[in-house]
This record gives sequence, C-alpha cells and structure tokens, in this order.
Amino acid sequence: MKVIYTDVLIIGGGLAGLRVATGVKERGHDAVVLTLVPPKRSHSAAAQGGMQASLANSKMGEGDNEDVHFSDTIKGSDWGADQVVARMFTHCAPKAIRELAHWGVPWTRVKRGDREAVINAKKVTITEKDEAHGLITARDFGGTKKWRTCYTSDGTGHSMLYAMDNKAHEDKVEIHERLEALSLIHEDGRCYGAIARNLMSGELVAYVSKATTVATGGYGRIYSVSTNAIICQGMGQALALESGVATLGNMEAIQFHPTAIVPVGILTTEGCRGDGGLLLDKDGYRFMPDYEPDKKELASRDVVSRRMTEHIRKGKGVKSRYGDHLWLDITILGREHIEKNLREVKEICENFLGIDPAVDWIPVRPTQHYSMGGIRTKYTGESQTLKGLYSCGEAACWDLHGFNRLGGNSVSETVVSGMLVAEYISDFLESSDSDMSIHSKKVEFFLNKEQKKLDNLLNKENGEDAYVLRRRMEEIMMEKVGIFRNGKDLKEAVDELEELLKRSANIEVFRSKSRAANPALVNAYRTQKMLKIALTCALGAYLREESRGAHSREDFPSRDDENWLKRTITSWPDENQTLPHVSYEAVDISSMEMPPGFRGYGKDLTRHHPITKVMQDKVDKIRQTMEAEGKNRFEIQDALMPYKDKLPKKYQGTNARFGENV
Amino acid sequence: MNDKKPRILKISILRFDPHDPDDFPHMETFEIEESDGMTLFIALNEIREHHDNSLKFDFVCRAGICGSCSMLVNGKPTLACRTLTAKLGENISLAPLPLFELIGDLSIYTGKWMRYLNEHLETWIHDKEEELKFDNLEEKMEPELADEIYELDRCVECGCCVAGCGTIQMKPSFVGAVGLNKIARYHLDPRDKRTDEEYYELIGNEDGVFGCMTLLGCEDVCPKDLPLQSKIAYLRRMMIKASMN
Repeated sequence: MKVIYTDVLIIGGGLAGLRVATGVKERGHDAVVLTLVPPKRSHSAAAQGGMQASLANSKMGEGDNEDVHFSDTIKGSDWGADQVVARMFTHCAPKAIRELAHWGVPWTRVKRGDREAVINAKKVTITEKDEAHGLITARDFGGTKKWRTCYTSDGTGHSMLYAMDNKAHEDKVEIHERLEALSLIHEDGRCYGAIARNLMSGELVAYVSKATTVATGGYGRIYSVSTNAIICQGMGQALALESGVATLGNMEAIQFHPTAIVPVGILTTEGCRGDGGLLLDKDGYRFMPDYEPDKKELASRDVVSRRMTEHIRKGKGVKSRYGDHLWLDITILGREHIEKNLREVKEICENFLGIDPAVDWIPVRPTQHYSMGGIRTKYTGESQTLKGLYSCGEAACWDLHGFNRLGGNSVSETVVSGMLVAEYISDFLESSDSDMSIHSKKVEFFLNKEQKKLDNLLNKENGEDAYVLRRRMEEIMMEKVGIFRNGKDLKEAVDELEELLKRSANIEVFRSKSRAANPALVNAYRTQKMLKIALTCALGAYLREESRGAHSREDFPSRDDENWLKRTITSWPDENQTLPHVSYEAVDISSMEMPPGFRGYGKDLTRHHPITKVMQDKVDKIRQTMEAEGKNRFEIQDALMPYKDKLPKKYQGTNARFGENV
Repeated sequence: MNDKKPRILKISILRFDPHDPDDFPHMETFEIEESDGMTLFIALNEIREHHDNSLKFDFVCRAGICGSCSMLVNGKPTLACRTLTAKLGENISLAPLPLFELIGDLSIYTGKWMRYLNEHLETWIHDKEEELKFDNLEEKMEPELADEIYELDRCVECGCCVAGCGTIQMKPSFVGAVGLNKIARYHLDPRDKRTDEEYYELIGNEDGVFGCMTLLGCEDVCPKDLPLQSKIAYLRRMMIKASMN
C-alpha cells in the first residue's frame, strides 16, 4: 500500500484549493494538492466577467462599501444565505483582490477623464476622477446597486488562476496532478485524508492527513447542458456524501445563467449585459423592461432566466433545430469595446457560432451554471459533522449564496473562502485537536474497498452501460429539475433517478479493461456517484414546497419564510440505501442583521414569518437611535450582528477605500 | 437549416497505450455522421461513447479557454474543442502533440512540462519588499500598461507553440515561445522587481532567447494570437543590451 502523509490534503486545484494551499504553507504547514487536471486548466479559468469587491474606485462605484455589497448579496440569496458568512465575505473581498493585485493580476484600471458607456440602451459619458486614475476599476453586473465587479477584460478567472498558481509555484506547494480522490478515510467522526487513484497509471494511493479540504467546484454536469467544464461532476460532494457522516446543504439550489450560447451551452459573460448589452426576442423586441421595469436585463440571474423562459413560452422565442432561443445584442457596445473588454466572448462567437458579435446577435438561452449547494460547513469551512474535513469555494455550502448567487460573487468567494479556511485549518493544526490516531489497518481497509469496487466494475459481465444511465440522468435533471419545477415532475424525477441508481450498481465497463488510464472505467464510477448527487438535488427540490431564489415551484409560487426558511441537509448514512436522508436546519431570523424582506422583482408573494416584523422593528430602532447618536456604520453594524471576532486576527482590519477614508 | 445529407467523417486517430506492453502506435479510423455545429470535442466524445470507450483525450472547458485539448489536427497544432468539423475535409487526421509525454492516444502530459517551465523561469512576481498590506489601497498602474500585461497573460499553456517550434525539435531544453512570452510578461510588469541582469541569467543563453532560430512556427499556431514574434525580438534586444552592461 502506497501511503503519502501530509498536514493538509487539498482535493481540487482551482482558485479555492490553491488559495488554501498557499495559506497553510505560509503558516508553516505542509500541503499536497490533488488535481484532475493541471491547476491552470481548472474551471476557475472560465470565469469571465469579474470579481465583486467593494473598492468604490470608479465613478459608478461611488458610495459603495461592505454594507451595500452585503445587502445585495443577502437580497440576491432570497434571504437563504448565512448573514455572518456574508459579512465575513464582503469584509474580506477587498483584501483578497488587493492581494491578487500584488501577486500579479493585471486588473483593468480606472482611466481619468471622460469615457463613453452604454446604460439602458443609451450612450452616456462617465467622467472618472483624476485621483482614481490607475486604481482597479469595476463594471456593472446583475442584482447590484453599484458597479462593483472588478475585472481583467473578460478573462478575469484566467488571470486570477494564473497569478494564484504562480504564487503556489513560488511557495513550493506540492501538486499531484491527474489524481482523483475516490473516498475519504475516516473513523469515529474524524477525517484522515483520502484514497486517490492515479488517472495515468491507475495506481491507488492513500493520502493520510490531519486536515482534508474539498475544493472541487460544482456539480453542473449532472445536467445535459451546462456552462460548466466537463470535470464539474460533483465528485467532491460525492466524497463527502459517501462518507456517510458529512452532510450536504441546499443541493436543490441550482443557478441557470441567462446567456449561454445555443446549442453548446458555452457561457457569454454577464459583463455583456453589465456593459450595456440587451436581450431581444424573435421580433428584435427588447422584452426585459416589460417584466422588470427597474433592473431590466440586470435583474438577478434567477429572475432574468425565469423571465426569458416565460417569454419563450409565450411563443416569442426564435425557433431553431435545437429548440427556442433568444438574442443577446452587444452590437450597440461597438467593436472597440468588444475587442478590448469582451474578447473571449468575441472568440467564442467566432469559433463556435461563426458570427461576429460586433455585427450579429448572439443566440442564447438560460443554461445550468452554478451550484449554490455543496458540502455543508460551519463558517470555518469545517464540516458540521465530520471533524477535520473542510470545504470551500463552489464545492461548499458555508452558505454565502443561499438560493441564488450574484454574478461576480463566485470567483470572489473562491479566494476569500480559501484565505479564511487556510487560517482556520492552520489554527486546527496548531492545536491538540488535530492529533491523529488511526491504525494503518484502517487506512488499508479504505484502500481495499476502493480496489474492490474497481475490480467489480472491470469484471462485471452482462451489466449496464454507464453512458446510457448517465445520459438519462442528465435528461431528467434538465427536463424535470430545471428553471421552473413542479411536484409532479419532481416526483417522477426522484423515482426514475432512484431506479437508475439501483441499476448503476450493475454497471459493466465494456471492452476497455485497462487498469491504467481508462476513460471508460472513470465514467463508470463517476456515473454511480453522480446519480447520488442528482438524487440529493431532485429530492431536495421535490420536498421544498416554496419558491426561493433559483428554486422556483410553479405549484408553490410564494417564498414561504414561515415554513421554509431553512436549509435542506442531505446525507447518505447507509451505502445500501437508495435515497438520501433529508433533514432541515433552521435559518434563524432573530440573529439577522437584515431580516427577510422583498427582493423587488415582480409581485411580492412572500409569506412572511411572524417574527420578521418584530425583528425589522428592532433593527430599525437600533439603527435610528445609533444614527441619532452619531455612531458610524461600523458601530451600528456591530450592534446589529457582531461578526469580526470570528475572523482571523490578520483579516480584521478596516479596508481603506477611495472616497471614504482615503 | 439545410436539408443536405450530412457528411460521413472519416477520423483517423494515432493510437497507442504505453501501459499496454502488446500495443504499438497505429492509426485507427472511425466513421461518424457529421452534425450541425459539430466540433472535434463533440466528434471525439461521440467516438468514445458509441465506438470505442477506451479512446483517450483531454478536454476540460470545451470553450477554447483552458488549453487542455491541443492536438495535431491534420498535422497542425491547435485546440480541438473549438475546431469546427465543417471547416475540415471529410478525412481528418488527429495525433497527440509531439514532444510532451504521452499518456495514451491523444492525451498528453502538458502539465508536467509547463510546471517545470514555470519553476525554472520563476514565473511569479518577485518583490522583496515587506509583507503586503492588504488593508491599504492597491498600488496604481497605468491603464494601458495593465492592458498590455493582460495581452501577454492570455497564454493558456496549451503547448501548441512548443509543438510548432523547430528549435525544440533539436534542443528539447529550449524554453519555447511559451517561456519567452512569460518572461516578456514579467519584464513588462513593474510589480516584478527583477533586474535585466537577473532575467539574463534565466534566458540569456541557448536554451532561452538566443536559442530561437526565428522560424516562428509558434506565432503561426498560437490559438490566442499572442504577439510572440515581436516579444521574442524585443527580449533579444533587451538581453543583448543587458549582456553588454
């Protein structure tokens, strides 16, 4: 048995995983990163439009600060988010972006003087201040009060990931590439690393560690059309789920991005609309103002995706052999702007559609994009139920996004959660809590178990074809667990997925019997795991009889705070069961800085909790009194919901901000 | 859409499994029906799903962003995911990029090569200043300079320039256009405090900028259209200057 020991095992080499690695390294701990692909090829690279951080450098960001970012994030989440986590996040985002600037990200900068921009289909002139010249600029994104999304052209994730990976090189982080974690090693509620398979040689390796971090991104590929990279298959969530001990949170919370190209589902950034692009129907008519007169194309993502679907259902979609779509028109922005600030979009249009977006409209439709759900953790990133297991970034649900994530908050979350979790892990490692006592026999038990599973798949005869099961799962998720959901479809989805899961026990790897690099074997075991993830999502959605954020039930159109202001928690305690175990965790209104309100889209159908009114009055009163006493925004915030003591000391400082305290 | 009968594509793939002692490199041809908007990503997945599930290749983003899927398409290095079959003839030949370690079929170990390159050239910001004060405003940078750095930062480490390089064929230790472009990028960046002399130590030799034979296959095949030719020329001038000091 090959065993590798390390302080921190990090599964996933994207932005979140690498940031954890460099963080624990700087605190003097060893780290090994396991990654399916070279870190620079991770899905983080695909984030185009930007990273939210309330720097307030540009004219249209004036007056922005942590409070506004916090409020946008909570509203965006439809009050599902953990408000303490959202506070920690908005406080640290400016620090994270400045750190990345220091490490080499060439953020697009403010340029003094006049510049032309397109706002609400009109050309306007924006005048940037002299003193802000050369600071990091920002663009507009959906669901935000201020222009807060900082960017590097439309290759933001790419430039962040490259800077981060280069920093990891500098810090001599050990990267084990093309290694796939298959299961967690754990005993008595304590995680001790993972069994991993070398995807080139097929060798199984036991990685034994004091702390284990899952930063593997989302699970978008359980859907047939997704903007996600093909490696975003939920294998990190499956690791946690199959431990039987760790839990997942809000797996039904799935975001659909309004503008992926048809048919292949490749993303065109929200920056297209942020910079002034419009959505048009088959008649070339701009329909969003009819539905959302206030925010129009820049309503929150879940809202725009629903409105587009509604409009298509009214027969206003453009017919194509791949189904109906709508148009994204960025011609109005002009060639110069597109070639400078939207060049990836331009390349994608040229290469995959054969069109020039400076002249032609782009065929788009809402497509699976982001997983708000994930491994349920405390604010420290540690699993609530499996000690020593941590998770961050899209893989986790610590719960920053609730039921809908704001554009620009995901790459921001990767680095912020990474830098925080690195500190909490380091604290853990420096305490006696992290002492280990696991017998090598137990490690061997986990390794042998995985070996046996692989043997079974390779030796099975007359079994099921993994591709058939997987394609059916993808279709079910797409058709029945999509943008609009209803009880009947969801029930059918759960039943059929359960049936597929049962059949998946019988998967046979046809023809391709190699124990080394073998894509058929990989597809076989991943399909089994993906089916479990799909079930957590479908069952959570079926049981949640309300509409909140991206979870939209046609049979329960109201947000129901009285009964459903709670997180769905799923687990899989017995490996023989064919449905996940479901429980709920209350989201406590009485500890909220911002009690539930109306998001401001469409009609207010919310069924409020009786305590909301009481809490809102209390919050208003504290605010009024303190404002009258001349207290500043930090003092008021601290009185409403203290959170700073939860942050690592080094990140507690006040952010310098142009126009506020500088 | 058109009602013409779809083409039958004959895709010949150079196959070899280095883990199988009985295997030897050979061409294998698969016939598939072309669909509208088909890319090599779609075509290869169809082959794997319906013809031979042992076929090895690397795709990640399938959107031309991550640089994973570089291969020789009809002999020319390019990103397979964004290559539309409509732009190719009925007979298509695919082979793994040369020079990189072969994992199997079209799958190659670019990660190892690139990691060595990055470590060797120390492709990170060198700043010996004290610890970063992330509570303070970020350092200012001229907007045009930031844009220029990003232009060079757009490299996706796909390895096409390496496969298209005549020099590396003869001298495998050559850092290639990918390496030289990275140095040009850091050289441009005022946050990196390395001196010209320090850069000279890294690339002022036959494995670096003086090894380039100026065949410029790199620039021809770069899928991101990076200005490799002008950057190599620029570095060469800079390094000659540095050597004379």
